Amino acid sequence: MALLRLKSITKSFGAIHALNGVDAEIHPGEIVGLMGDNGAGKSTLVKIIAGNFPPTSGEVVLSDETVHFTQPLDARAKGIEIVYQDLALCDNLTAAENLFLGREIRKGIWPFRVMNYDAMFKKAGELFEELQSETRPRDLVRRMSGGQRQAVAIARTRLSKAKLVLMDEPTAAISVRQVEQVLALIRRLKQQGISVVLISHRMPDVFAVSDRVIVMRRGAKVADKAIKDTSPEEVTGLITGAIRAA
Amino acid sequence: MPPEKVETASVSIQDVVGIQQSTFLQRLTASQPFWITVALFAIIVFMSFYEPAYATERNFYNITRNFAFIGIMAMGMLAVIITGGIDLSVGSIMGFVTIVAGVILEAHYPWWVALPAGLLAGAALGAINGYIIAYVGLPPFVVTLGMLAAARSFAQILSGNRMITDFGPDKQVVLEIGGGQLLGIANPVWVLVILTLIFGFVFNYTSWGRRLFAIGGNEQAAQLTGVPVRRMKFQVYVLSACMAALSSILILGWQGSAINALGIGYELRVIASTVIGGADLMGGAGTAYGAFIGAALIEVIRNGLLMAGVDANWQGAFVGLFIVLAVYLERLRGRSRA
Repeated sequence: MALLRLKSITKSFGAIHALNGVDAEIHPGEIVGLMGDNGAGKSTLVKIIAGNFPPTSGEVVLSDETVHFTQPLDARAKGIEIVYQDLALCDNLTAAENLFLGREIRKGIWPFRVMNYDAMFKKAGELFEELQSETRPRDLVRRMSGGQRQAVAIARTRLSKAKLVLMDEPTAAISVRQVEQVLALIRRLKQQGISVVLISHRMPDVFAVSDRVIVMRRGAKVADKAIKDTSPEEVTGLITGAIRAA
Repeated sequence: MPPEKVETASVSIQDVVGIQQSTFLQRLTASQPFWITVALFAIIVFMSFYEPAYATERNFYNITRNFAFIGIMAMGMLAVIITGGIDLSVGSIMGFVTIVAGVILEAHYPWWVALPAGLLAGAALGAINGYIIAYVGLPPFVVTLGMLAAARSFAQILSGNRMITDFGPDKQVVLEIGGGQLLGIANPVWVLVILTLIFGFVFNYTSWGRRLFAIGGNEQAAQLTGVPVRRMKFQVYVLSACMAALSSILILGWQGSAINALGIGYELRVIASTVIGGADLMGGAGTAYGAFIGAALIEVIRNGLLMAGVDANWQGAFVGLFIVLAVYLERLRGRSRA
C-alpha cells in the first residue's frame, strides 16, 4: 500500500501551467529522488504535498485518505514534515531550542509554566545520538557546521513522528565531508521506516541513497524508475530532454 | 577521523554532549552587560573621589529614581527589540497617559479609577500600534513614528494645553505612589527592580519569552514551526505601551503635576538603554539586566556631568558615544566568535 498517492495533479499560476497531470506514489520507508531542471515543477509538487498551496486539480491521497491541506501545519498534523533548503533555523538559539520551537516541553502550572530545559536537552541529546550526529543540544546554531544544522532540522522531523519527510536540496550548501553525514542521516530515517522525498540537483547524492528516482520536465513526470534500472547518464538525458521519456 | 573513533562513535557523542560549551567566567566576560557594569562602577568610584557631594545617600537616591522611569520603559522596549521591532511612540504615550490620569483625577474621581484608566489608555494606543504592525503588516518604525506624533497630539487636545496640578481628593495617594519610598529606596526603583526580575525570568524561562528570541532570530522559521508570530508581535507593542504608561503614572505622582510635554525625547534614552545593555536592534538578542544597567549608565553619566559642573548639554554627546561604542564592541566580539 502506498503511503502517499498523487493522482493527476495539476497546478496553474495564472496562465502558467506549473504541473500538468502528475501521478506518483511514495511507499513506506522508501527514499525517492525528485530531479529536474529549474522550473521543471519539483518545488511546486513538493509544496502541494507539504500544504503550502492546494493543487488546481487532482487528488492527494495519504494512507488511503484524500487530504486537502491549506497550510503547512495541516500537513504536519498528518505526519508530513518538510526540511527547507534554508533549514528554517534560528541562529541565535541553541540546537535544543530550535528542535523544540513551537512545541516546547514545559513544567509547572499556568501561569508559572516554565521551560523544562533538562528534559529538552536530554531528549535532544537522544535524538542526535539516534542520528549519530555530533551535535550538542546546548550549542548555538550560529556556531554549527552545515551538517550539524541539517541534523537539527532532521531531528525536528523525528520529534514529530513524521511518516514522510520532504527534503529540499539538503546537500546543496555544505562541504563534501558533511554531505556524507547528511546522506547517513537520510539513510537512518529510512531505517526507521520513514519515507523521504529528496529534491536534489546533485546526481551522486541521489544515486547514493535513493531507491527510486522521479524525473520532472516542464511540469510533467518523464520518468519514474528504480535506481538500479537507470544510470546518471540516462537521468541527465531525461532532465535536459535529450531523452524524451523512460 | 581515525577508524577506531568510528567504532566508539555513540560513546564519544555522549561525551561531547556532556561538555559545557564554555565556563562561567568565559561567558561572563563575553557579555556586554558585564562590561557596562564595570564601566558603571568605574565612573561611580571615580566620581566619588573627584566630588565629595557625589557619594551621598541623597544623590544615589536621586540617580536610582531618575533611571527607574527609563528602566521600566526599557523592559517593554526590550521585548519589542528582541522580536526585531522598534517602538518610537513610548515617550508620547507617556504624555498621553499622564494627561488621561490627570484629567480624571481633576474631575475628582478616586485614584483607583484614574490610574488604571491611564494604564488602559496606554494599552489601547499600544494595541493600535500592535494591530497595524502585526496584522496590517506595516513596518514598526513607520507605525510607531506615526503614533509618536498622534499620541502627543491627543495629549495636547485632551489637556487643553495646560498643566494639571489639581489631583482632587486622592492627591496624597497619587503623590505617595510615585514619589514615596520604602526602606530608603524610591518606589519607582522597587518597581523597576521587580520588573527586571520578572522580565529576566520571562525572557529566559518561559516559552513565550524564548519565542520572542526565535521571532527576532528568524521570523519565517518561527512562523513555519507554528509560533503565533502575529499574535506575539501584537502583544509586545501592547506590553511596551503598558510599561510606558506605568512609568508615566509613577512620574505623575513624583512630579505632582501632569503636563502634555512629558516624555519628549524619552524614546531615544529608552532605546539607548537597551542597546547599551547588549540588545541587538536587528532582533534576537538582549537581556533584562542589560536594559537595567544601560538605563543606569546613562543616568550616572548625566548626573556625573552635572556634579562635575560640566554643561548638561554634553549629556547627549556622551550617550551617543556610548551607544556607538557598545554596538561596535558587540560587533568586535561577534567577529571573534564566528
